[in-house]
Amino acid sequence: MTEIESRPGETQDRRDSAPGEERITEHEMAGGLLGYMLGFGLAILLTIASFLAAQTNLIYQPAVISALVVLAVAQMGVHLVFFLHLTTGPDNTNNILALAFGVLIVALVVLGSVWIMAHLNENMAAMTAHQAGTMP
Amino acid sequence: MSDHTLPGDFGAGTQTRDPYRLGHGSRNAVRSATGHGEGGPASKFVTVAYGFWIFLLSDIIIFSAFFAAYAVLAKATAGGSTGKDLFEPTRVAVQTGLLLTSSFTGGLATLATQRKSMAATQAWLLVTGLLGAAFLFLEVQEFAAMIGEQAGPSRSAFLSAFFALVGCHGTHVGLGLLWLGTMMAQVWVKGFRPDILRRLHCFGLFWHALDIIWVSIFTLVYLLGASP
Repeated sequence: MTEIESRPGETQDRRDSAPGEERITEHEMAGGLLGYMLGFGLAILLTIASFLAAQTNLIYQPAVISALVVLAVAQMGVHLVFFLHLTTGPDNTNNILALAFGVLIVALVVLGSVWIMAHLNENMAAMTAHQAGTMP
Repeated sequence: MSDHTLPGDFGAGTQTRDPYRLGHGSRNAVRSATGHGEGGPASKFVTVAYGFWIFLLSDIIIFSAFFAAYAVLAKATAGGSTGKDLFEPTRVAVQTGLLLTSSFTGGLATLATQRKSMAATQAWLLVTGLLGAAFLFLEVQEFAAMIGEQAGPSRSAFLSAFFALVGCHGTHVGLGLLWLGTMMAQVWVKGFRPDILRRLHCFGLFWHALDIIWVSIFTLVYLLGASP
C-alpha cells in the first residue's frame, strides 16, 4: 500500500490526515511534483496579474482594490490547495474546520476594525484651521 | 490499526454505504469510521501537525490585528511620506518572486524527503534558505533606506503600523531561517527518523504559511499603497 510508505516508521491512521500531508493528494492533480509545479505556475500568474492590475490604467480606478483582493484570495487558495494540500475530503474535516474558524476571526478583526474606525472618523467634529495646524 | 467492525448491527452496513468512503485514499482501506471519533486516537504525526496547524492559525490571527491597525492608520501620514513616495514596486516584485520560489523549493525538499534522498533534501532546503535570506536582505535594505530618509517608525502612525506589520513578517522569516538551519543539521546528523520528519513537516507548514501572509502584505500594503 503506497499510503503507508509516506509516513515512515509510524502507525498509519486512515481516518485523519495531517495538515499538509502529501499522501492525500498523491493520486490527484494537486499531488506530487506536478502539484507543486501547477501551484507554482498558478501563483506566478496570479502575482503578475496583481502587479499589472495595480499599475495599469485599463481598469476603472475604484475597482482596482476589488480586483487586488480577489486576486490575493485566489492566490491564497492556490497555496492552500497545492502547497498545503488541503482538500474537502473527510480525512481533512478537522483541518478545514480549524481554518474556517481562523478565517472567521481574521475577518471579524480586520473588517470590524475598518468598519468601526471609518464610522468614528466620519462622526468626528471637523477640525478648525488652528487645530489642524497643531496636528502632530 | 483499527479495522474492527462495530458490534451487532449498531454499525451494520455503514462501511459499505458510508458516502465518506468515496474520499481520499480510501479505495483499498477498510474504515471503521471517518471523523466520528471511532477507532482510537490519531497517530502522533497527525496530532503534532494538527497542533502546529492550530498554532499557525493563531499566528495568522495575530497578523490580522497588525493588518487591522495598518488598514486603519494607512492614511495617517502626519504630513510625512506616503506609501506612494516610499514603496518601490520592483523591489516588492523581486521579494515576492524570491519568497514564492522558496515556498516551491520547500515543497521539492518535502518530496525529496519522501524519496529518502539525503542529498536532494539538503540541497533543496539550502536553496529554500538562500532564497529566504535574499528576501530578508531586500527587506532590511528597504527598512534601512526608509529610516535614512527620515521615514522611520516614529515619523507617523502610518509608518509605525507599516514597520510593525512588515517587520513582524520579516521576524518570522528570520526565525524560520534559524529553524531551517537547525532542521538541516538534524536531518544530516540523525537521518530520516520519524521525530525529525515530524519537525521537518511542521517547518514546511510554517514556511508555506509565511508565503500566504506575504501575499496579503504585498497586495494590501505595497500594491494598494502605491496605486493612486
